[in-house]
Amino acid sequence: MTSGPWKMESQRTYFGKALIELGRRNPDVVVVGADTTESIKTIDFGKAFPDRLFQLGIAEPNMISVAAGLAAAGKIAFAATYSVFGSGHTYNVIRQNVAYTNLNVKIFCSHAGLTVGPDGATHQINEDIALMRGIPRMTVLVPADGPETAKCVDAAAAMKGPVYCRFSRTNVPTVTSTEDDFAIGRARVVRDGSDVTLIGCGLMVARCLEAADRLDRDGVEARVINLSTVKPLDVATIDRAARETGGIVTAEEHTIVHGIGSAIATAIAANHPVPMGFVGVQDVFGESGEAEELLRKYGLTAEKIVDAARDVMKRRGRTR
Amino acid sequence: MVDVSEELIRGLKKKAVTLRKHIIRMTHNAQSGHPGGSMSACDIVTALYFQVLRVDPKKPQWPDRDRFVLSKGHACPVWYAALAERGFFPVDELMTFRKINSRLQGHPELGTTPGVENAAGAEGQGLSFSVGLSLAARMDHKAWRVYCILGDGEQDVGQTWEAAMAASKYGLDNLTAFIDRNGIQQEGRTEDIMPLEPLAEKWEAFNWHVLTIDGHDFRQILAAIDEAHRTKGRPTAVIARTVKGKGVSFMENKIKYHGAATSDDELKLALAELDAQEAAV
Repeated sequence: MTSGPWKMESQRTYFGKALIELGRRNPDVVVVGADTTESIKTIDFGKAFPDRLFQLGIAEPNMISVAAGLAAAGKIAFAATYSVFGSGHTYNVIRQNVAYTNLNVKIFCSHAGLTVGPDGATHQINEDIALMRGIPRMTVLVPADGPETAKCVDAAAAMKGPVYCRFSRTNVPTVTSTEDDFAIGRARVVRDGSDVTLIGCGLMVARCLEAADRLDRDGVEARVINLSTVKPLDVATIDRAARETGGIVTAEEHTIVHGIGSAIATAIAANHPVPMGFVGVQDVFGESGEAEELLRKYGLTAEKIVDAARDVMKRRGRTR
Repeated sequence: MVDVSEELIRGLKKKAVTLRKHIIRMTHNAQSGHPGGSMSACDIVTALYFQVLRVDPKKPQWPDRDRFVLSKGHACPVWYAALAERGFFPVDELMTFRKINSRLQGHPELGTTPGVENAAGAEGQGLSFSVGLSLAARMDHKAWRVYCILGDGEQDVGQTWEAAMAASKYGLDNLTAFIDRNGIQQEGRTEDIMPLEPLAEKWEAFNWHVLTIDGHDFRQILAAIDEAHRTKGRPTAVIARTVKGKGVSFMENKIKYHGAATSDDELKLALAELDAQEAAV
C-alpha cells in the first residue's frame, strides 16, 4: 500500500453509525453517555432507540459503574465519551467495576491524543493506552481510521469482556477499506518490506505509510504494520517483523511511556531483540493549537519516522 | 407496619446471632478484616437473605433473582456468612476467608464466590452499579428488585451522589438503598472526619423517598422494605441507625474494630456473649 491521497473522514461518524446498526441487530446493546453524546455521535443511537441510551451527565465514574451494572444484568453496555474523562477520570472504577468483574462493558472514547487541538492539554490525554493496557483482562483497541472504528464496534460487541477503544476528534486519513478483514488481536501488515518495520496505531498508520514512501525513494523497503489491537499484542507478527527486517520504529499519538512502543519493546526484548526507535509524545503535556500544528510541533510526522528508521538501520549497521 | 409473627422475628434474631459468630470467627481466623461494619449491617443482611430476597442457592445465576449489592465491600464477612448459611457454599469454607487460594477474598470479587453480585472495596461504586442493574430490570420489564447497602463513610464519596441523582432521574422504584449509619469510619466518627448531617435531608433533596429506622429492629427493617416496595416513581433510601460492632459489648461503637480482628482472649469473650444472646432468643 502506498500513501494517499486519502479521504479525510470522521471516526466518530463511523462509530455512531456502526453503533446504530449493531443496535438494530442486537437488542441487548445499550449506551451510556456523559453530556458528550452529541459530540461523540451516540445521540443518534438514542434517537433510534430512545430507551437504550442513558444520559448520565458530567459524572463519568457513575457512567462507568452504571454500564457495569447493565452488563451484569446481561446487556452489552457501550460507555462513550472523551478519552480524558472515559479513561483517566474513571481509572479505578474501570479497574474494579469493569475489568476485575470481567463484564461486557465497551468503553469507546473519542478525543484521544494531541489532535483534540485548541482545547489544550487538559483535554489531550496521551496516557490512556498506558492506563488501560496495564489493567488485567482489558482489551485495548486503537483503530487507524473510520472503517476500522466501525469494525471495532462489532468486534468488541462480539467478544466477551471489557474493551477500551480510543480514537480521534479530528478527521483522519482513511487508510483501510470496509472490505479489509479485521480481528481483535491481529496486527495487519499493510505494506511489505524487508529493510525495516514501521509499526503505527491510530492516525499514525497513515504517517508510517508516508514514511515508507519516502524511504522507498532511497531504495529502503519498509514494512508497515497497523497495530489496531494494542492488547492482546500480536506477538507473532511483531516477532516475525523483528526477525525479517532487523529493526523497528513505533509511531503513536501517545506518550512513549508505556504506549505501543513500550509494549512492542517488551515483546521484542523477550524474543528477538533488534534496534528500535520510538516516535511519540516525549513525556510532556500538549498545548492549544490546530491538530496538524500540534502533530508537527510534537514530532509526530512522517519525517520523524523516516529519521528514526534511518537511525535504527545505522545502529544495526545497515543503510538499506 | 407489616404484620410479622413473633416466630419470624425470633428466627431472624437467631440467624443474626449465628452470622455474628461467623463474622467474629472469620476475622479472628484471618487476623484481619472488618468486623465492626459487618456487625452493624448484620440485621439488615439477615432480614434480606432470610426473609426478603428471592434467590436460589442452587441456581446463583437465576436470571430473575433479586440482586443484593454490597457497596461497602469491606463488610463482606457478613455477606459471606449469610450466603453460606443460605446454602450458596459450605459453612466450613468461611474459615478460608482472606487466605491464599480462597473463594472468599478480602473484598468481594464477582464471579468467584457463589451469590456475590458485585466487586467492591474501593468505596462509592456500588450504588452506581445498582442503578445499572435497576435500569436493566426495568428495560426488560422484570419484577426483580435491587437492594444496595452503603456505608456511611461512603457518603463522603462523590460518586455516591452521582448515583443518587441518576437513580432519581430515572425514578428507579425497584431500587432500595440502605445506609448503614453506624457513625464511624476508618479514622474516627463520621461527623469529625466529614460531617454528613443532615443526611436524611440530603437524600430527600436528591428526590429519594427517605426512611429513617433502627437498623437493629427487624420489624422496622421489614416495614421499611415493604414501604419501599409500595413506593412508586422514586427510589427509597433507608437510613438505618446502627451500632458499629453491634452484638459484642466491648466492640460496640469502638473505632478500633472497624478494621481489627479480635485477639484469642477477645474471641472467647465475644463468642460467650453471642452464645448467651442465642440462648436468650
